[in-house]
Amino acid sequence: MSTIQGKVHRMGANIDTDVIIPARYLTTTDPKELAKHCMEDLDPLWVQRVNPGDIIVAEDNFGSGSSREHAPVAIKGAGIACVVASTFARIFYRNSINVGLPIVECREIVEVTKEGDQLEVDLVSGTVTNLTQGITAQAVPFPEFMRSIIEAGGLVPYLRAKLGVDAA
Amino acid sequence: MTVTEKILARAAGRESVAPGDLIMARVSLAMANDVTAPMAVDSFRQIGVPKVWDKDRVALVPSHFVPSKDIASASLMQRMRAFAREQDITYFFEIGRAGIEHILLPEEGLVAPGDVVIGADSHSCTYGAVGCFSTGVGSTDLAGVLATGEIWLRVPETLRIVYSGKPGKWVVGKDMILKVISEISDDGALYMAMEHTGDTIATLSMESRLTLTNMAIEAGAKSGIVPADEVTVDYVRSRQQAHGRERPFPVDASDDDAVFARTLAIDVAALEPMVSQPSLPSRAVPVSEVEGQEVDQVFIGSCTNARMEDLRTAAAILDGRKVHPSIRLIVIPATQDLYQQALREGLIQVFADAGAAISAGACGPCLGGYMGVLGPGERCLSTSNRNYRGRMGHRDADVWLANPAVAATTAVTGRITHPENLGALV
Repeated sequence: MSTIQGKVHRMGANIDTDVIIPARYLTTTDPKELAKHCMEDLDPLWVQRVNPGDIIVAEDNFGSGSSREHAPVAIKGAGIACVVASTFARIFYRNSINVGLPIVECREIVEVTKEGDQLEVDLVSGTVTNLTQGITAQAVPFPEFMRSIIEAGGLVPYLRAKLGVDAA
Repeated sequence: MTVTEKILARAAGRESVAPGDLIMARVSLAMANDVTAPMAVDSFRQIGVPKVWDKDRVALVPSHFVPSKDIASASLMQRMRAFAREQDITYFFEIGRAGIEHILLPEEGLVAPGDVVIGADSHSCTYGAVGCFSTGVGSTDLAGVLATGEIWLRVPETLRIVYSGKPGKWVVGKDMILKVISEISDDGALYMAMEHTGDTIATLSMESRLTLTNMAIEAGAKSGIVPADEVTVDYVRSRQQAHGRERPFPVDASDDDAVFARTLAIDVAALEPMVSQPSLPSRAVPVSEVEGQEVDQVFIGSCTNARMEDLRTAAAILDGRKVHPSIRLIVIPATQDLYQQALREGLIQVFADAGAAISAGACGPCLGGYMGVLGPGERCLSTSNRNYRGRMGHRDADVWLANPAVAATTAVTGRITHPENLGALV
């Protein structure tokens, strides 16, 4: 599905991986278990308010801190369909692409978006529309190399194709 | 070209690279720990390659929840250990012969100038202190390296930091990097390489250099680097020789006409020990501004500050003194080698006499793993690298970051104290 439409959960700057999934839960790699504790230290009831297909909108440096891939896994597991932020921390950015969590950099939309707004993200054209406010903006495009990983469905299928594993 | 561009160009088999270029880089060493390796193993299986690209270029270091704190962490360790045995990984370090990865690998002589090191831990930027390119990635990226020996990288712009002047008695690498982060903020070096240069560097110990590069990620940087000099070459050669791992390595420096995205000047002579206030590393201020803040716990350890220089400094302050009655002091030498050296030098005795809890080398308290997790409303002064909300335990606990001298002094007085004021307050 190239278009995502959902309700916004608004967040501030520097949402770090310790908040996204605290280290005390890193003794498991099970997405369902990780999803239960997503954003727990920010708001213990946050996960209960998320409905499948919802969108996170955050300010600068989303995903800062740890390399733990458990962070995008937990967000995806909690039902979040896409994260829109002004900027992303670089390891989180790579991890999200690798685990198939759509992420979009779009400062213009972040600045006008409020909690509960309806957002539409077109992953093909890269446009982000705040339906509640009636504002559309263009997201920062992915580098071409990254697009090929996204189109392949993540790093694992990309490498399987590149290494000829599937053909063998 | 900058030193980082030169290393990446070589790893990509190209004459030159420029910031923004996307390259495939050959990897010198790939590292994962007990938190990130199990997930990397799962992704590696899914890629479908039977063997890692080079069993002599993989390091697996149990460091976070070890010795296993519960059945879940024991199961993680089992998955990592089984993979290491199945793949006959040369550098698998078992508990009791291991420690914190970012202190262990340089100590083992496994990282050298010119290398490209990829670690599945954000503080893998630490290795840049020996003049290599080193960065942290997640488990799936690491799995890709295990399968192919390569990784795609975007060549970063470089933020150059020029330090000048002689540091005062209580000022070390930790204070220099906290000052930098307080100036540029928590994402001030996002996607960039952070290059540390200037007159001060030549006089700086490897310990302080490793602390400088360790915290590059706290400003969002992709990597931190101290271009190799005589101090580096002597250190790396001696570590390689100690473990029979001699190999030649290039020594690179940035060209005079290299292009930097930004240059920041830091006057180290004017620097006071720095303390980061809760709950961001960038909230660092001179210690005098937060003196008197009471804390419940002091932690001396982590990949940032658990090396010999750190332990010696802390022991010198604690020698003949007692930990304040209201304080819990936890001291964790990073590796088994450091523990033994501290034992030989009598430092462990000093810590024990002072009333500290001492543990086997691991990351535990730094990330709220175990051995020092904070309860609601508790306050800790830590030599680690992050003080994010909930980092060391309860979401309502507070963490301050400081150098080992400030930490040891605070353990004695019970409140954040400039080491200079120890005599006056005890």
